[in-house]
Amino acid sequence: MATAQGKHIYYVPHGSKWPAVGTIGLFTTMIGAANWLNEVSWGKPAFYVGVAILLFMMWGWFGDVIRESLKGMYNSQVDVSFRMGMMWFIFSEIMFFAAFFGALFYARMYSIPWLGGEGDGALTNFYLHSGYAPAWPTNGPDAIGGAFQTIPAWGVPLLNTLILLTSGVTITVAHHALRAGHRTQLLVFLGLTVLLGAIFLFYQAEEYIEAYQHLNLTLGSGVYGSTFFMLTGFHGLHVTLGTIMLAVIWFRCAKGHFTKDNHFGFEAVAWYWHFVDVVWLGLFMFVYVL
Amino acid sequence: MATHAATDHHHADHHDDHDHKPQGFMNRWVFTTNHKDIGTLYLVFAFIMFCIGGAMSGVIRAELMSPGLQFVEPYFFNQMTTVHALVMIFGGVMPAFVGLGNWMIPLQIGAPDMALPRMNNWSFWIMPFAFTVLLCTLFLPGGAPAGGWTLYPPLSLQGGSSVAFAIFAIHMMGISSIMGAINIIATILNMRAPGMDLLKMPLFVWTWLITAFLLIAVMPVLAGAVTMLLTDKFFGTSFFNAAGGGDPVMFQHIFWFFGHPEVYIMILPAFGVVSEIIPTFARKPLFGYQAMVYATASIAFLSFIVWAHHMFTVGMPLGGELFFMYATMMIAVPTGVKVFNWVSTMWKGSMTFETPMLWAIGFVILFTIGGFSGLMLAIVPADFQYHDTYFVVAHFHYVLVTGALFSIIAAVYFWWPKWTGKMYSEKWGKFHFWWTIVFVNLLFFPQHFLGLAGMPRRIPDYNVAFADWNMVSSIGAFGMLCTPVFMFLILWHSKKHGKTATAEVWEGAHGLEWTVPSPAPHHTFTEPPVIKASMLAHGDPTH
Ligand code: HEM
Ligand SMILES: [Cu+2]
Repeated sequence: MATAQGKHIYYVPHGSKWPAVGTIGLFTTMIGAANWLNEVSWGKPAFYVGVAILLFMMWGWFGDVIRESLKGMYNSQVDVSFRMGMMWFIFSEIMFFAAFFGALFYARMYSIPWLGGEGDGALTNFYLHSGYAPAWPTNGPDAIGGAFQTIPAWGVPLLNTLILLTSGVTITVAHHALRAGHRTQLLVFLGLTVLLGAIFLFYQAEEYIEAYQHLNLTLGSGVYGSTFFMLTGFHGLHVTLGTIMLAVIWFRCAKGHFTKDNHFGFEAVAWYWHFVDVVWLGLFMFVYVL
Repeated sequence: MATHAATDHHHADHHDDHDHKPQGFMNRWVFTTNHKDIGTLYLVFAFIMFCIGGAMSGVIRAELMSPGLQFVEPYFFNQMTTVHALVMIFGGVMPAFVGLGNWMIPLQIGAPDMALPRMNNWSFWIMPFAFTVLLCTLFLPGGAPAGGWTLYPPLSLQGGSSVAFAIFAIHMMGISSIMGAINIIATILNMRAPGMDLLKMPLFVWTWLITAFLLIAVMPVLAGAVTMLLTDKFFGTSFFNAAGGGDPVMFQHIFWFFGHPEVYIMILPAFGVVSEIIPTFARKPLFGYQAMVYATASIAFLSFIVWAHHMFTVGMPLGGELFFMYATMMIAVPTGVKVFNWVSTMWKGSMTFETPMLWAIGFVILFTIGGFSGLMLAIVPADFQYHDTYFVVAHFHYVLVTGALFSIIAAVYFWWPKWTGKMYSEKWGKFHFWWTIVFVNLLFFPQHFLGLAGMPRRIPDYNVAFADWNMVSSIGAFGMLCTPVFMFLILWHSKKHGKTATAEVWEGAHGLEWTVPSPAPHHTFTEPPVIKASMLAHGDPTH
């Protein structure tokens, strides 16, 4: 906040082309996806082009920010703005997951018992779904998607829980190493974190294959399949993003971008990683165990 | 980019107020990071959307002018009600407030710009593209979404190819709103000039702070809800399908968990605007400044626990009905605090009635009518009668048109001289106001009677018994359709021929924004201003 002269000076960045690139990328992605879903032939390629433009935008935009930061153009006020931006972004992500957790709780606590005749649902059950007994897991009175089995909590999911928890430890060790200036330790533990993220994703993919090929548990398996795959799927997507971000940060650490007390990029990704971790704990509890 | 590098450091030795506007259209408007230019973009965009949404409401009211079907197919009528609402809410009211926030928040707290100026640019530019997607669905086979702006499944999923487009358009609007809100929070919490303590901030800043929090909390929930719609339609999930163990009512819960805070997103900044204008023209500090802040915060809190008042007739357990009824009624308490404080601010003030003040007083009176009809709707057994009738339509148009929209117009007249350096014609500004007051009430007041008598909403035909009041209402609508033209002409004329405005603009104006010249230079507060008590609009009883 204070400059060399001890005077409080504001920093305002110059204009940038990247937001415009991002807008075009987002627009292309969205109309591509919508056309794809409507089975228009150019939808799918447009979607991928859009995603590519978005990736290009991130590369360029973050690149600019990194270069400006390395040049020392940012002051501590900018740093705080970035921190707040990241924190509130994570909060918005939490609320996004909350919608899906809400759907899970609502289905389990209300809609399924009601379909089974509880509360005011007796007549509905009798006339529309007679013989349906509420239970969890379920694919509903019409057994949408056919009989299925679930993934047992104490196998791969438990292992994945341990993997993510360990990765939370390794990234913290890496952070301490960064602050203490131990470069090798930093790179090793950050690298371990990336590795653990990748292992997690590998097991998750195995689990999906198992579900689809042997358990007949699919996205179309009624409300159980819907909540299971949407929750774990969006979480997996976030782990993927987080792992990529961690890998980028690893390279930036290797290039020596961060100093003991100036490494917001590292911290932002670490926060993100912890967020992904905490969401997983919720998933493990409510999707797998209970 | 290298050519811009100089601007990065211009503040250090920058003591003149040269404007430093970027050269060329693209640099000025498309690559901009300037909060004033982005604010202008938002406001112009909102104005265009108000006109498009207004045209759609013209179609609706033309069809409803008399019983029977005369102008449009029922299915097209449904598209009009749906898209009108989406355009007005997400394209009109919300961007207009974001535009006002962009312009005024940095000026009111002594910041040089928004905290994250490039993201600010991105937030804006997503919007025109989002609405291109949404409006283009009108021309698709099967037309635009027609299941109502609330998107209830299964109806909303039965549209043609518009479903996917509408959902992705909503995703884009959501991304834009979330980034805009993050920016506003970071600006307010991090960019205040030294001495601008939280409890000295103008109320417009306070209400925006709380609104931004609401936005970040609920826009992602809407994103989740529409994502579930998308997967239900295209990927075989059963979130809202009872046969698979889901429940269409679940969508309503998730939607209204977003939806009710959303209506407060559209009214809290309006409260802020009115709380700026009334003290100015009453020449008295705002009565109960801190009470206003706490009332805003409690409204925001309560807005999270009242959502199911939109669903009283859907079949909820009795305990739920009662809880949501009482919680809803509780909101009337902090809302009442606000109304009483505005009235007390005017009490024994030396009032003058310039155009912004007229709109603000219009707001206080007519918004209160909307609040009262809201209270009627909050009574469960009464809502069994009123739900999905024109009474609800009357209610939300009183709070949104004579509430949110009136405050936006008031704000534009109030701050226009600061933005442009030109005064508008008071005579025509007042004309605009009185014309609107007459026609807006002709338009919406009879809808209370229609609703109480049982006329359903969202239906293009009706019983002849409802004919007279519908005719009155449509006449009001056609009068209202003239008002954007008036406003445009008044502002155009002011820009071309208006008298030069002073820095203070209004005699009773207090606040940092009035200490910079009019028009506000392209860059303001490149160094933090020294804040004196006399510059504060609020929070200092001695001024
Ligand atoms: C005292 C405060 C308020 C109360 C008690 C209240 C209560 C209600 C209730 C119970 C309904 C549901 C009616 C029904 O569908 O049967 C409703 C609908 C609505 N309210 Fe309010 N309200 C209040 C303030 C507001 C404000 C400030 C706004 C917006 C600025 C607003 C916007 C709406 C909208 C848009 C709807 C209709 C949504 C739809 O179904 O399309 N209300 N209100
Ligand atoms: Cu509500």
